Amino acid sequence: MSDALTMTARSLRLATRSPDALLTALLLPVMLMVVFVYLFGGAVDIGTRYVSYVVPGVLLLCAVIGASSTAVTVCQDMTSGIIDRFRSMDVPGPGILAGHVAASVVRNLASTALVTAVAFGIGFRPHATPARFAAALGVLLLFVTAVSWLAAAFGLLVSSPEAAGGAMFALMFFTYASSAFVPVRTMPWWLRGFASHQPATPVIETIRGLLLRQPVGAHLWLALAWCAGLLAVSVAVSAAAFRRRTA
Amino acid sequence: MGDDLAIHATGLAKSYGDVRVLDGLDLRVPRGGVFALLGPNGAGKTTTVRILATLTRADQGRARVAGFDVARDRRHVRRRISLTGQFAALDEAQTGEENLRMMGALAGLSRAAARQRAAELLEQFDLTAAGRRRVGTYSGGMRRRLDLAASLVGRPSVIFLDEPSTGLDLPSRQTLWHIIAGLGASGVTVFLTTQYLEEADRVAGLIAVLDAGRLVAEGTAAELKQRVGAQRLDMTCVSAAAWTQVARRFGDRAVHLDEPGLTVGVPTDASAPQVRALLDAADPGRDLVASFAIRGATLDDVFLTLTGSAKEALRV
Repeated sequence: MSDALTMTARSLRLATRSPDALLTALLLPVMLMVVFVYLFGGAVDIGTRYVSYVVPGVLLLCAVIGASSTAVTVCQDMTSGIIDRFRSMDVPGPGILAGHVAASVVRNLASTALVTAVAFGIGFRPHATPARFAAALGVLLLFVTAVSWLAAAFGLLVSSPEAAGGAMFALMFFTYASSAFVPVRTMPWWLRGFASHQPATPVIETIRGLLLRQPVGAHLWLALAWCAGLLAVSVAVSAAAFRRRTA
Repeated sequence: MGDDLAIHATGLAKSYGDVRVLDGLDLRVPRGGVFALLGPNGAGKTTTVRILATLTRADQGRARVAGFDVARDRRHVRRRISLTGQFAALDEAQTGEENLRMMGALAGLSRAAARQRAAELLEQFDLTAAGRRRVGTYSGGMRRRLDLAASLVGRPSVIFLDEPSTGLDLPSRQTLWHIIAGLGASGVTVFLTTQYLEEADRVAGLIAVLDAGRLVAEGTAAELKQRVGAQRLDMTCVSAAAWTQVARRFGDRAVHLDEPGLTVGVPTDASAPQVRALLDAADPGRDLVASFAIRGATLDDVFLTLTGSAKEALRV
């Protein structure tokens, strides 16, 4: 446990040491949100203010962008000499990975706060009770944790940091082809089928419903099931991949 | 297995696919001092280190390090060893001090103890001034020193160094040799791999020569040198016919035969009586050898001599 804390502190320090990457991870989601709100927002008629509609999707996009740097750093660790040093010091593999994941979650909290603050500045007005806010944050955290473990698994499975980053960017497609930016019902039937049956949509619908005080219904359970499943698979794959890489 | 040994391996074997990297390796390394595993690229040095440092499992054979079995008591072994590989195990974006403090925390030291240990090691390795700079700005020699310092944070009793001088310039290499010799003298066991006879000679009390996954010789530097000759006498002949005659006279003792260059090389200790005797043996009529030179024996000479003498031993 204390090893995992040391590794988390290390990952966070390393993140602050590459300010350009950190700035990109923080500003990219904000810029995307601004682009969506001002460029497309006027054309999208969803019955509420578009900025309020779009915030949950941007937060998920944020999680995926943030996790891509986790995939890169995990892969860098595995391909440099430092992993042998850690292992010869008896730092357990799960501790090393958990440090990366925990740091990823902390970085994501920072970008979530930034996105939310900017969203408020451009008219985002959620009307939720503190309990619903907390629930929305909890679902988001679960999603961020699951995606971060998925990133760690990618980082272990690919052989170069570039490939790790690329694989995570491909995941951004899941947030675009979901109810993040436009309602699923406006999509052609073949895309609608995909968009309704992938993890991003129920997670976004749940967070949106909680923040805007709308019923969330089955979305909540679907979201929790998707996140828990993704988390379990990612942790298992990471553990197996770590053992294979270090055999 | 005696506990007076820091490392005791018997019959280690390891294959990667069809390639048999280790083929029944036996090692006995006493506690304290520097032990060098000398061998060319591909001899199995890194695989040996990785097995002994618990990072890779052997297909066959057993090994005890610091009194514990590397396969069954991994954790006990890991608490007593450190490994410094061929590539620096450091975070370039952290400062030297931050790297050492992180290793201290991972070794189980408290914050204060880790800070103090980092300061001690920076001082010991002459890095105090650079301690607050990022490792990315360090020279190759400084990096190696910090890497070595990082491996000492947890006060290991057995230190593995896999080709530590690779890529270093001569002054850095000499500083490193000085440090390694000092570690050996302080009572810990240093297990070092190298491709350079000179390096093994400078720092190690005991040397084992590894070739194609097996030990071909073992002993102190002086003992090996007696068998091999630390130097080589190269005699350049006056003609191709003279070269053939000289080469034939030395037969298996010749470790270097260069026909186009008309040169025959034999091991020597470079003492005047021996060189004189060798020249007389090569050229009793004093009309075959035009010139001679004495050069340091290379690893190739060592192998040729050792495998040559092994063949002779078999014949007897």
